[in-house]
Amino acid sequence: MGIEEKAGDLGVITTSLEYVVNWGRTNAMWPLLFGLACCAIEMMGAQSANYDLSRFGMEINRASPRQADLMIVAGRVSRKMAPVVRRLYDQMSDPKWVIAMGDCAACGGIFNNYAIVQGVDEVVPVDVYVAGCPPRPEALIHGIMLLHEKVKREKISGKKEDPIRLSQPLIQVDVARK
Amino acid sequence: MDNQTLLNRITSRFPDAIVESTEFRGDLSLSVRPEHYLALAQFLRDDPALRYTFLENLCGVDYLGRTPRFEVVVHLVSMQHLHRVCLKVGAPEEHPHVPSLTPLFATANYQEREAYDLLGIVFDGHPSLTRILMPDDWLGHPQRKDHPLVEEEIAFTFNQEQIYAHKPFAKQ
Amino acid sequence: MTNTLHVPTPQEITEPALAGKTETMVLNMGPHHPSTHGVLRLVVELDGEVVVNVAPDVGYLHTGIEKTMESKTYQKAVVLTDRMDYLAPLSNNLCYALAVEKLLGVEIPERVQVIRVLLVELQRIASHLVWLGTHALDLAAMSVFLYAFREREQILDIFELVSGARMMTSYIRVGGLAYDVPAEFLPTVDALLRIMPERIDEYESLLTGNPLWLERTVGVGVIDAESAIAYGLTGANLRATGVPYDVRKAMPYSGYETYDFEIPVGKNGDNYDRYRVRMAEMRQSVKIARQAWERLSALGPGPYTTLDRKVAPPPKSEITHSMEALIHHFKLWTEGFKPPRGDAYVSIESPRGILGCYVVSDGSPKPWRVHFRAPSFINLQALAHMARGRLVADLVALIASLDPVLGEVDR
Repeated sequence: MGIEEKAGDLGVITTSLEYVVNWGRTNAMWPLLFGLACCAIEMMGAQSANYDLSRFGMEINRASPRQADLMIVAGRVSRKMAPVVRRLYDQMSDPKWVIAMGDCAACGGIFNNYAIVQGVDEVVPVDVYVAGCPPRPEALIHGIMLLHEKVKREKISGKKEDPIRLSQPLIQVDVARK
Repeated sequence: MDNQTLLNRITSRFPDAIVESTEFRGDLSLSVRPEHYLALAQFLRDDPALRYTFLENLCGVDYLGRTPRFEVVVHLVSMQHLHRVCLKVGAPEEHPHVPSLTPLFATANYQEREAYDLLGIVFDGHPSLTRILMPDDWLGHPQRKDHPLVEEEIAFTFNQEQIYAHKPFAKQ
Repeated sequence: MTNTLHVPTPQEITEPALAGKTETMVLNMGPHHPSTHGVLRLVVELDGEVVVNVAPDVGYLHTGIEKTMESKTYQKAVVLTDRMDYLAPLSNNLCYALAVEKLLGVEIPERVQVIRVLLVELQRIASHLVWLGTHALDLAAMSVFLYAFREREQILDIFELVSGARMMTSYIRVGGLAYDVPAEFLPTVDALLRIMPERIDEYESLLTGNPLWLERTVGVGVIDAESAIAYGLTGANLRATGVPYDVRKAMPYSGYETYDFEIPVGKNGDNYDRYRVRMAEMRQSVKIARQAWERLSALGPGPYTTLDRKVAPPPKSEITHSMEALIHHFKLWTEGFKPPRGDAYVSIESPRGILGCYVVSDGSPKPWRVHFRAPSFINLQALAHMARGRLVADLVALIASLDPVLGEVDR
């Protein structure tokens, strides 16, 4: 009585190593416990019971950059903070990915001034940008799933794939009142 | 406590400390001569009939083109009389020095450091006047009116080539 | 008195340590640290596990909001106020709007004031829920976080209903509100206010008598009333020391003098009292919000901004048939309004303490200077005083209990 009887003979599964590695990486991605500003509160919201980010194998936020492989830059990066962000990124072990969450992290947002770095991509390479000020938890989850798609397409040789082209807009905002 | 009683009490003690007193929408503001500033703040704090013991707000303002150019604005609150008074003291452009209120009100510490950091007003007698918000190696005082906001140009179709020239990663 | 109330700087701790003059250990906490509530850096001087001295180093989130506001018109600068204290954007909106309204001297209709009070009190509950969740999380009580965020989502849904945004609402504008509340507003708020008291009981049943919670909070981070006033502590942190000072009672704004509520106070000024005061504040907020709800239901439909068309734009329906309304609308959004020369200072009771806004006008449509008296920034000064002689673990509990929001600290 077991899965063998139900599913037939599952003695051997053949697949590519690449697929297995990428499957493993996507389904146990550990984000760095790292919040900067307003978006960090929405990130907390995404991890709380209503949105439940742990559905994607991502409930463990790692406080140490050594154990994390995803950096969610949640919020505006000031000129004083930028070296710290870079250092944290350098301390993360490969392979590692970065999500720029929110307009401030993506391009400076509404703060076009002396204090704010105009987009975190000036400091670290970014894989996925999530728009919004702050993005809703659904938008962050969408961004993470997009990153999963990207990771699944990665080559084991380390060669980067072409960016994903979207056939439809990223986020469909429901402007109609409830 | 109303504004007139307070003003009378101050002028009877310090007849020549106040340059100008204005009342705007019921709030009393007093422009104070720098030499009397500290003594007046101490009087407001310690006088048993006043007891303005709570320093609510301290900030600097840069009035570029006016003399004195800088002004330090202090809001003192009396929790006993539920009344607020505003003291203003000027600081000249070349040598913006103002006595520090930190020995009297411990809460002025960070607020004076902020005014020093962002506006360059020096508070004499402050125990540790260093930069607080900007990095230690930052040059200049960003909140001064003659300091630019340092806006970055936004890429449109007509200027994107120039922007990509000095920011090559922006295109990706 | 001066020496005991000194606020140390990081250099004061690091320099003697680097010169090898001290026996103690210097530990750097932050700016990225799981329990510092944002990008706060602490330089901690330790003797074993006991904190000898601690110096907060802030500015890692300095956004230049005050300077940027000088380059925007009065109406457009509202957007920037949201991003300061991002746990209580509506309180920031209100403080800024009140300051500019004081400068302008406009009358605000009663209905607008009632909606403002209702929303700000809901905001206070939402902000305290985040505090409660993260405070408990720092003391390793994970489940309270999930409970607290459940109700917070419900409050955010109300904000989304009125403004279209969950967090950065920019709903309270100079002269009134951005637009009218929808028809579903009153029943939704009613549903929330009905469940809220028993939900607060639920949180209390998890924590108030919990021996682990008591062990970590009672007698930790004590400050007396006199030092608290000297350091400028405000909000629940001040009231936990027994000083019943609340701007809503002391210098009422937005018609708070007409509401029936109490100011909860503590006695010892420790973490536990701060916890009790905030929990009681949430109950008071529910009470105020219920009164505002009743008034709003009684008032029925009405204006949502001041009727002074020089300050607030006319409704869209008026623009379509009135030339004058169209001109007002055009002038307001291209040029803005011009307050008289002068300066105004307004303070309100935000969830974190006294939030003050000082606006200087030079008669142009843009503010000459805007300064915010940020409660978290000033509350942080008392950290060293409260942490000395305690363990490092208590320092973590203490930061959560002070409830700083780094966006507001650095602005």
